[in-house]
Amino acid sequence: MIEVKNLTKKYGDKLAVDDISFRVEKGEILGFLGPNGAGKSTTMNMLTGYISSTSGQVLIDGIDILEEPNKAKAKIGYLPEIPPLYVDMTVASYLDFVYDLKKCKLPRKSHIADVCGLCRITDVKDRIIRNLSKGYRQRVGLAQALIGNPPVLILDEPTVGLDPKQIIEIRTLIKKLGKKHTVILSSHILQEIQAVCDKIIIINKGKKAADGTAEEIARSLTDKHRMTVRIEGTKGTKEDKDEIVRALKSISGIKYVRADMMRENGIFDYDVESDGETDVRREINELCRSKNWNILMFSLSELSLEDIFLKITLGDNIVVEDGEIRKEETEKIRINLKLDGEAEVEDDNDDDSSAEKAESSKDNSEEKDGGKN
Amino acid sequence: MGAIYRREMNAFFTSGIAYVYLAVYFFLSGVFFYNTTLAAATTDTSGVFGSLFLVVLFLIPVLTMRLLSEEKKNKTDQGLLTAPVSLWSIVLGKYFAALTLFVIAESLIFVYALILSYFGSVVWASLLGNYFAMLFLGAAFIAVGVFVSSLTENQMAAAVISFLALLVLYLFDMIGNSVDIEIVKKLVESLSFYSRYIEFTMGLFNLSSIIFFISAAFLFNFLTVRVLEKRRWS
Repeated sequence: MIEVKNLTKKYGDKLAVDDISFRVEKGEILGFLGPNGAGKSTTMNMLTGYISSTSGQVLIDGIDILEEPNKAKAKIGYLPEIPPLYVDMTVASYLDFVYDLKKCKLPRKSHIADVCGLCRITDVKDRIIRNLSKGYRQRVGLAQALIGNPPVLILDEPTVGLDPKQIIEIRTLIKKLGKKHTVILSSHILQEIQAVCDKIIIINKGKKAADGTAEEIARSLTDKHRMTVRIEGTKGTKEDKDEIVRALKSISGIKYVRADMMRENGIFDYDVESDGETDVRREINELCRSKNWNILMFSLSELSLEDIFLKITLGDNIVVEDGEIRKEETEKIRINLKLDGEAEVEDDNDDDSSAEKAESSKDNSEEKDGGKN
Repeated sequence: MGAIYRREMNAFFTSGIAYVYLAVYFFLSGVFFYNTTLAAATTDTSGVFGSLFLVVLFLIPVLTMRLLSEEKKNKTDQGLLTAPVSLWSIVLGKYFAALTLFVIAESLIFVYALILSYFGSVVWASLLGNYFAMLFLGAAFIAVGVFVSSLTENQMAAAVISFLALLVLYLFDMIGNSVDIEIVKKLVESLSFYSRYIEFTMGLFNLSSIIFFISAAFLFNFLTVRVLEKRRWS
């Protein structure tokens, strides 16, 4: 139904979308997941023909969006990030306008009434859009996309600004629509994508970072012999951290150790990764016993989609393609954070300051993300 | 095109622009009508049309300022550009909506003609000639306004810039007169909107001027389409 080949968009020197390819079959719901500014909206704008691609191709039902735009656009219902509403019109007259604009052939009155019913905006039909709340506007935006019953629906963050009850309603509606339509939706909210979509594409910095079903993506990342250990040192201060990291690194078979956030007072979590062959759990236990440290928690990382999302978007730069994992960085130098183009490079002999810097900037980045949400 | 045209017509009235435009136009043309025709005891309306050039020049930017700039600012252009309509029908829908309002205002002249017919016989040839001359002048000016509106997101900027653009077109004669180079002078004179228009008020119906105005209208609408097209590619 939708085929995207090597889609690329450059703004000047900046690559907004870098070589994204995927297919969506009829009746599938595809979710675009990515942090703000990852290129989700740009991709969707190219899919709908609002902007053109620098290179690559978009086929809607076999029709190239750039070569036969009117034919292809007639098959798409698009809800952009900001719904394209004329705030000086009433809901009814706006939908009437959209009906005419799309040259819709369905029976006017009953079709518009159907769409209003689906989006639950029948009771605000005669109100001026300017006076509607964000949630209602979003639903009018969705109604606008549904007019003409297009086989493809492209929804850019459809649940933004809705209250929890409305979010559930809209998700149910999208799921229902997904049975008959091909739906692409974007979100930076994981639960939403997980709840609604059949397939997921994670986009980060314009690149496709992973795709597949939620389970596929999670599975491909879990057998990594990664674990998280919470170790209490003897001093109960930050000084422990370095010592513990150094000690863990000395265990043969451990490839990578990174101190995570402080979870309890003076106690840190450590992400440990083994070479994949040796089981290092006993050695870690042995080490702690000999040093009089306490292991307070030990978990093999079963990555949830959320972890994967964070790992990918916060820059462990793991690329998953068709179930294969390849790391883009060399083993010695790891890039922990690459937000805002600033890279925090942590190499093997990390000193206190750089570790702390990485820590604090991670906290910052999380705050930043939270702020944007 | 029909959908966009109807929406714009409605928007003119719901946003109040239509009322402001019509009120100011009616007022000023009424003043000119009284001064140049009634007070001068003539039934020739050419004087009204002569004075209306400047009124139109001031008012058309008001008519066109929000047509495309507002769409871009409110991101409603996303709805239009992803709908199965061509860029031409978007631009022309808006263009003709503004032109319609312009014609409605301009047609007030027939009310004046009615008033005049009580006092004597109206000079219909001059009235109709002027009417169409002004219609085509407006058609060209509105195209300029729509074009400027496509360049910015800010209505006020669109209004001011299109006003300046129209003013420059008006001042072409003056510029032409102050230049000594023959070719430039010729060129500027042949592009002058004002002298072409004022010819009509003197009783000269010049078909080439009509074609000139229509060409200008086409040119600027074409440029508007190119601006929209280019925005997708940048």
